[in-house]
Amino acid sequence: MSAVGVEKDLYREGFERFALSQDAAAEPAWLRERRTAAFARFVERGLPTPRDEAWRHTPLAPLTRGRFEPAEAHAAPGESVFRALPGAADAGTRIVLVNGRYAPDRSRLDAEPGVTLTSLKHALETQRAPLEAWLARVADGASGAFADLNAALAADAAVVLIAPGASPRGPIRIEHVGAGPSGRVAYARTLVVAGRTSECRIVESYASDSGRASLTNAVTEIAIEDGARVERCKLQVEGGDQLHVATLAVRLGRDARFVDHSLVLGAALSRDDIDVRFEGEGGECRLNGLFAVSGKRVADTHSRIDHAKPHCASRELYKGILDGQARGVFNGLVIVRPGAQKTDAWQVNRNLLLSGEALVHSTPQLEILADDVKCKHGSTTGQLDPEALFYLRSRGIGEPEARGLLTRAFADELLNLLPDDAVRAVAQRWLASQLGAAAGPSGGAA
Amino acid sequence: MLEIRNLHARAGNSDVLRGLDLTVRAGEVHALMGPNGSGKSTLAHVLAGRPGYTVTAGQVLFEGRDLLALEPEARARGGVFLAFQYPVEIPGVSNIYFLKAATNAIRAHRGLPELDAVEFLALVKEKAKLVSIDEELVKRPVNEGFSGGEKKRNEIFQMAVLEPKLAILDETDSGLDIDALRIVADGVNRLRGPGRAMLVVTHYQRLLNHIVPDFVHVLVDGRIVRSGGKEMALELEERGYAWLEKEPAPLGQP
Repeated sequence: MSAVGVEKDLYREGFERFALSQDAAAEPAWLRERRTAAFARFVERGLPTPRDEAWRHTPLAPLTRGRFEPAEAHAAPGESVFRALPGAADAGTRIVLVNGRYAPDRSRLDAEPGVTLTSLKHALETQRAPLEAWLARVADGASGAFADLNAALAADAAVVLIAPGASPRGPIRIEHVGAGPSGRVAYARTLVVAGRTSECRIVESYASDSGRASLTNAVTEIAIEDGARVERCKLQVEGGDQLHVATLAVRLGRDARFVDHSLVLGAALSRDDIDVRFEGEGGECRLNGLFAVSGKRVADTHSRIDHAKPHCASRELYKGILDGQARGVFNGLVIVRPGAQKTDAWQVNRNLLLSGEALVHSTPQLEILADDVKCKHGSTTGQLDPEALFYLRSRGIGEPEARGLLTRAFADELLNLLPDDAVRAVAQRWLASQLGAAAGPSGGAA
Repeated sequence: MLEIRNLHARAGNSDVLRGLDLTVRAGEVHALMGPNGSGKSTLAHVLAGRPGYTVTAGQVLFEGRDLLALEPEARARGGVFLAFQYPVEIPGVSNIYFLKAATNAIRAHRGLPELDAVEFLALVKEKAKLVSIDEELVKRPVNEGFSGGEKKRNEIFQMAVLEPKLAILDETDSGLDIDALRIVADGVNRLRGPGRAMLVVTHYQRLLNHIVPDFVHVLVDGRIVRSGGKEMALELEERGYAWLEKEPAPLGQP
């Protein structure tokens, strides 16, 4: 039997165990059906292989060959994990999930009016309608094997429901924390439903105990109803031995707006699949992303923006900073469907190589099936500007500091767009630790 | 302060400086003139330590020390400043942050305590006024979107803040209209002083009406072929450089 076959059996055992559990027995029939369907898709398609175009440049072995037992339901992360998260000091509203399960003693759910922030179990008791409408529906069969496994096996989830017209002021913090032994898999799931004309800001953080080598399989579903706006920051600061595979699926209604800031700063291997679909006219989407990897780490983002309706605009800016022998992959696909006239799409990927051995595969793709559209894409990869480096040094700034200043300036174009100072501070600390002297002290602010 | 002896240097694969001798003492302003391609900018770059140039013979002493052995940042910390002919735009790095880092690196080298944000802002205010630069410009990213005149003014502003012992002005006048030229020259003149030497590299005599030098040197084919007082600049303006190219190299310094 092949290694993948063994792995499939392991997941099958996990699914059967889960299906028989008390957790699953309490769930409504529609959810159990969705879980079964997702697992059936996984069994049929299996895990991806290097022959899959979407995984061609990413080392799959650590994800598919490892035998990942389910992570412990009750594990206690170290205090330092929480201290390193954004807004740790302010003790504000947040939901914490450890290994994918709601951790009540760590969470503070006293949300503002119009906001429901809770666990999947509780939401199923009190808020069935939006869950039935969107859970495992925003991310569907198109999202791939890891998302299917998550749909089948995630025992819990963070659920954020914004009432129509509500506009909470503060950010809603969702913290997915990994703890316990290595060689496990945790399913981190998040559902955000923004009711008509509501507005909210989400900060989703992923962190884990250092030294742990486990897999986080994350799925975030965001449904943005007509006229609503969601701005989301994803901060991935998992420990340096972790594996992180995440799917973000977003559906935008008419005149809806979605802004994403993705910060990929941790984990040995990080893969983000982003799938945004415009389902009404007048939608707008901005995807901002920064990945910074050193050593032999890998950061991979595959995004897909589906202009299924006319008069929608999308903007995507991804930047990578790579040091050592790190590898980066950026694949950005923009699809303009037949009839999606007046689409305005713009996509840029810029990468900075700090070492001669770092490597990036950058593939911006446009697939345009309508004729009255404005689409542009571009990709550049290069090293620090030697002219700028000399200019700084000629003023007395040492070479490492000068490299750091320029590297930080490259990152700051994205960090300056962050709506959340606490996230920016954490990201700056992580950049400095990932890239050492190259990232230096803050260079952006006067 | 600066002693250049028999300096030979290559830019890329071509010999540009071919035996250049020059002595600059504290408090003096020297103008270095010459036709295009004579090696003026190469000399400025070699002194600042720009990569891409190879010194093949000769030596440069700055305050008695071998300048060429030092990294560019060490030269700057020691008191050498180059005002660039083409100042570099650095998006995302604010002028003021960059200058604070530079100032404190230089102060650390001189054994002085770091300036904190308040002290540094006071210094910036004072120097911005001295060289007539808009304080708003100072807060923007380094040279990004600056006009030609603003870039040159920013160079002089940086010089005012960093207080070098030896300032090398590389074609600071090029591309400036007369008003901008006057502002830049006024700034430079305010920075003249007994402890500071200046080497003003220029193609045109015009600048020397505003920054009056103590000595003028003519560089042809990588060597100084003639040295004289400030009146020599006028002669050059009238007669051009061609007649000098035929004369043998002069001996020694004025």
